[in-house]
Amino acid sequence: MGGAVQSWNPLWACLASLVAVVPIVWFGKRGMANAREGATLAAGVVKFGLVLSMLPLVLGGEVVECTLVEITPGLALAFRVDGLGMLFGLVASGLWIVTSVYAAGYMRGSKEHAQTRFAAFFAISLSATLGVAFSANLLTMYVFYEMLSLATFPLVTHHQDKEARTGGRTYLTYLLGSSIGFALPAMIFTYVRSGGNLDFSMAGVLAGTVTGGEGLVLLLLFVFGFAKCGLMPLHSWLPGAMVAPTPVSALLHAVAVVKVGVFCVIRVVTGIFGVDFLRELDVAVVLSWIAAFTVVTSSLIALTQDNLKRRLAFSTVGQLAYIVLGVSLLTPLGVTGSALHIAAHAFGKITLFFCAGAIFVATGKKYVSQLEGLGKKMPFTMTAFLLGSLSVIGLPPTLGLLSKFYLVMGTLQAEQPWLLVVFLVSTILNAAYFLPVVYRAFFPSPKVGGGRPEKFSWAAVEEAPLACVIPLCVTAGLAVMFFVVPGVWVELASSLVGGLK
Amino acid sequence: MVEQLPAIVVLTPMVAALLVTLLGLRRRAWCFPVVIVGLGATLAAATGLLVRVYRDGPVDYFMGGWEVPLGIGIQLRVDGLNALVLMTVAVVALIVGVYSFRREEDVKVPAKTVPFYTLFLLLVTGLCGITITADAFNLFVLLEVTSLTGYGLVAMGSSKRGKVAAFNYVIMGTIGASFILLGTGYLYIQTGTLNMEGIREVIEAQDLFGSTTIVVAFILMMVGVFIKMAFFPLYGWLPNAYSYCPSTTSCILAPLMTKVSIYIMIRFMLGIFGAEYVFQAHATAIVVWLAVLAVLAGSLLALAQVEIKKMLCYLIVAEVGYMVGGAWLANHWGMVGALYHIVSDAIMTLCLFLGASILWSRLKARRIDDLSGAFRKMPWTMSAFVLGGLAMIGVPPTSGFFSKWYLIRGGMEAGRWEYVVVLLVSSLVNAILFFRIIEIAYFGKEPAESHGGAHGEGDVEERVAAPRVRLVALWAAAILVVLVGVFNGELVSFIEKGLEGIPIIGNVGGGN
Repeated sequence: MGGAVQSWNPLWACLASLVAVVPIVWFGKRGMANAREGATLAAGVVKFGLVLSMLPLVLGGEVVECTLVEITPGLALAFRVDGLGMLFGLVASGLWIVTSVYAAGYMRGSKEHAQTRFAAFFAISLSATLGVAFSANLLTMYVFYEMLSLATFPLVTHHQDKEARTGGRTYLTYLLGSSIGFALPAMIFTYVRSGGNLDFSMAGVLAGTVTGGEGLVLLLLFVFGFAKCGLMPLHSWLPGAMVAPTPVSALLHAVAVVKVGVFCVIRVVTGIFGVDFLRELDVAVVLSWIAAFTVVTSSLIALTQDNLKRRLAFSTVGQLAYIVLGVSLLTPLGVTGSALHIAAHAFGKITLFFCAGAIFVATGKKYVSQLEGLGKKMPFTMTAFLLGSLSVIGLPPTLGLLSKFYLVMGTLQAEQPWLLVVFLVSTILNAAYFLPVVYRAFFPSPKVGGGRPEKFSWAAVEEAPLACVIPLCVTAGLAVMFFVVPGVWVELASSLVGGLK
Repeated sequence: MVEQLPAIVVLTPMVAALLVTLLGLRRRAWCFPVVIVGLGATLAAATGLLVRVYRDGPVDYFMGGWEVPLGIGIQLRVDGLNALVLMTVAVVALIVGVYSFRREEDVKVPAKTVPFYTLFLLLVTGLCGITITADAFNLFVLLEVTSLTGYGLVAMGSSKRGKVAAFNYVIMGTIGASFILLGTGYLYIQTGTLNMEGIREVIEAQDLFGSTTIVVAFILMMVGVFIKMAFFPLYGWLPNAYSYCPSTTSCILAPLMTKVSIYIMIRFMLGIFGAEYVFQAHATAIVVWLAVLAVLAGSLLALAQVEIKKMLCYLIVAEVGYMVGGAWLANHWGMVGALYHIVSDAIMTLCLFLGASILWSRLKARRIDDLSGAFRKMPWTMSAFVLGGLAMIGVPPTSGFFSKWYLIRGGMEAGRWEYVVVLLVSSLVNAILFFRIIEIAYFGKEPAESHGGAHGEGDVEERVAAPRVRLVALWAAAILVVLVGVFNGELVSFIEKGLEGIPIIGNVGGGN
C-alpha cells in the first residue's frame, strides 16, 4: 500500500449531486423540463469526472483522504477512497449518467407526475451512495446509509397510491428498523470494545477484543442491520420496492441501494473485524450458510414470479447473497470475487431493469407471460436483455463470467465444496428463470394469436423512445466490453486483499 | 458589568415582566418588543456566562455581596453542569418569544395579552434562577415561582379540559414541591446550612452518610423532583396539562420544565449528596429499571394516541426516562449523555411542539389523521416537523442520534443491557410514530387508487401559508437540532470539563 493523499475531491464528488438539487428544483418549478434534465446530466458528468480524477491515484496504490468534522476525538465524519470504494464509486456515478438519460425518457414516456421531486431525490440518493462508498469509518458510513434510506423513500412511493404506500411502509420498516435495531448497537458496541476506534483497516479494529460468541452475534447484528444487502429473512423490502418507477428500480434497487448494503457488509468483514481475525474466530461459516440459503431460495422464488420486475428483484436478492457469500469465505479470491461482482452484477442487472422499463413504456406490459414474440418488435431491447441475462447468469461474453469465476475459485480456496455446489445450482436456476423469457420473445409458441383473442394490438408496438433504448444498449455494451478489458475492475477489486495470505 | 452577569441573567426577565405589566396597560402593542428585548438580553447574558465558564471555569456570585458564612447569602453559581442548561433555557425562551407574535389567543381575548407575557417572563426568570442558584432553599422558592406561573399559563387557555388539567397539575406539582421542601428542611436541621456546597461539606466533614435524616432527605428530594419531571410512574399530570393548554404555553413548558427538573436531580445528586453516596447498588438498579419502564410506558402510550400533542407528551415521558436512566447508570458516559440530552431533547421537543402548534393553528390539525396532505399544504412547516421527528428517532446527524450514542455507550459500559435495549426499542417506536405521520401527511388519509395526472407539476393550489414569524421560529429550532448534533463534540467536551473533579463511579472511559 502506498501513502495517503489529502484532497477534498471525495467531498466534492459526494456533494456534486446534492448541489445539483438547487438548479433541478429551480428549473423544475419554472416548468423548464429540459434544463432540469440538463442539470441532472451535468451533475452526473461532473460527479463521474471527479471520481475518475482520483482513479489514477487509487490504482497507484494510494488512498485519498479528507476529514470533514471531528465529532469527538478519534471519531470524525471522514472520507477515504481506496480500491473498493473507488470501484463502487465508479459504478454508481458512471451508471447515474446513463440512468438520468433513461429516466428522462421513461418519466416523460409514461407521463409521470412530480418529475422534479423525482429528479431532486434521485440526486440526493446518489450523494448518499457516494458518501457510503467513500466513508472512512463506520460512523460516516452509517450516517450516509440512513440518509440513503430516507432519500429513497419518496422515490419508492412516487406513485402515491395504495400499492406505493404499502411498499414504502415495508421499505422503511425493514431498512430503518434493522439499522436502528441491529446496526446501531453493534456499532456502539464495536466503539466501546475497540477503545473508540471505528476506522476501517485491514487488520480490523476489533481484532483480539471479542470472543467467538460475541463475534458471531456482532457479525449477525451487522449483516442483518445493513438490511439493504437483502439477506433472507430480511429481503422482502426489495420486491416491495419494485412499486417505484423503473429508473429507481434500475439504478437504486439493482445498483446503488442494494450494493450499499453488501458494500457495508464487505467493509465490516474486511475493515472492522479484519479477515484474519474473523478466520481466527471461525464464525463466518454461519454467514456463508445464511447466504447460501438465500442464493438458492431466492432463485427458486424468482422462477415462480410472473411479474418481470419482481422476478428481477428476487434475482437481485440472490445475486447480493453471492457477494455476501463470497466475502464470508474469507479467502483472497472470494473477497475479490465479491468486490468484482458488485460491478459485474451492476451492469447486467441495470440492463435488465432498463429493458423491463422500456417494455413497459412501449407496450404497457409487466408480466413475463405477455412478452411472447416481443423480440421482433423490440429487437434492441430484447438483445440487450439477453446480454444482461448472460451477465447475471455468469456466461461469456460478459463481465459476469469473471466475477463468478473468482467466487467459485474462492469456495475451493476455502475448501468448502458444498458452497461450490450452491453456486452451480444457482447458476442453473438463473439460466432457468432468465433464458425462457428471451427464448419466448424471439421464438413465440404458435398458439399466440390463435388462442385467446388478444385485445392488444401488436402491430402498433415499436421500440421504446430513444432515450430509453440507448442507455440500455450502452449498459449491455459495457457488460460485454468489460469482459474483454476487465483490467480496472479486477485491479480495484483485488487491491482489497493485497495483504491477505 | 461582566461580574454581574449571573444576576443580570435572572433579573433581566424579571424587570422585563415588570415593564410588560406597566407598559402593556398603556398599549398592548408594546408587550412584544419588550419581551423580545428582555429575552434577547437574557440570552446575551447567558452566552457571556457560557463563554466565561468555558474560559475561566465556574463563576460564583454573591447577591449583594453577602458571603455564605453568614448563612443568609444568596449564592449563584454557574459551572460546567449548568451553563449549557442556562443557555438552553435562554435560547428556547427567545425562540418561543418570537413565536408568540400575534398569538391567536391574544387576537381572540386581547385582555389576556399582558397577563400572559408577564407570566411567561416570570417563568423564564424562575427557570434561569433554578438553573444557577447554589442554594437549596432558593431553589425551592424559584421552583415554585416557575410552577405557579406554569399553572397560570396552563389555565389561561379557553378549553375546559385545560382547566381540569391545570388543576391536576397544581395538585401534583404542589405535592412534588412539598417533598422537596421537606427534604430541604431535613437537610437544614441536620447540617445547619442551606447552601448546597455547604451541606455537602458538612455531610462529609461530620460523616453523616449513615444518618437516617440524610437518607430520608435524599429520598424525599428525589421523589419530589421525580414528580416535577413526570418520571414514571408519577407522570399522570403531564400529558393533559401540556396538550390542552394554549399552544405557546406548551411550546415553552414542554421543552424546558422537565429538562430543568432533570438538571435539578443531577445537581442534587452530584452537588449535595455526592456520587459515592447516591450510586449505591440497589438504588442505581431500582432507578434504572424505573427509567426502563418509563421509556417503555412512554413509547407504548405514545403509540396509542390519536392526538399529535398528546403523542408528543408521552414521548416526553419516555425521554425523561432516557435522562434519568442515563444519569443513574453511575458512569461517566451515562452522565455525559444525560446532560447532553437535556440540551438535545429541549431543542427537538421545541421543534416538534412549534411545528405541531403551527399545524394546529393553520390546519386545525389536532389529530394525526387531520394531517392528511399536510406536506402539500404546508411543505416548510411539515419539513421542519419531520426534522424534529427524525431527531427523536435518532437519525444522524441530528442531535437525537448523538444523545443515543452517548447514552447507549454508557449503558453498555455499565452492563445495563435492559437500558440499551429499551433505548433501541424506543427509537423504533418513534420511527413508527413519525413515519405514520409522514405517511398520512404525504399520501393523504385515503390514497388515490391510481396515479398519474392526479396532480400535475408544481401543484400549489392548496397551499396554506404559515405566518412568517412563526416559520422563522420553527426553522431556528430545526436548524438548532442539526447544529447541536453536528457540534456535539464541542458540547460534550464542555460537559466533560464540567464533570471533571466530580467523582462518578467508573469514571472516564468505563471499564474497558
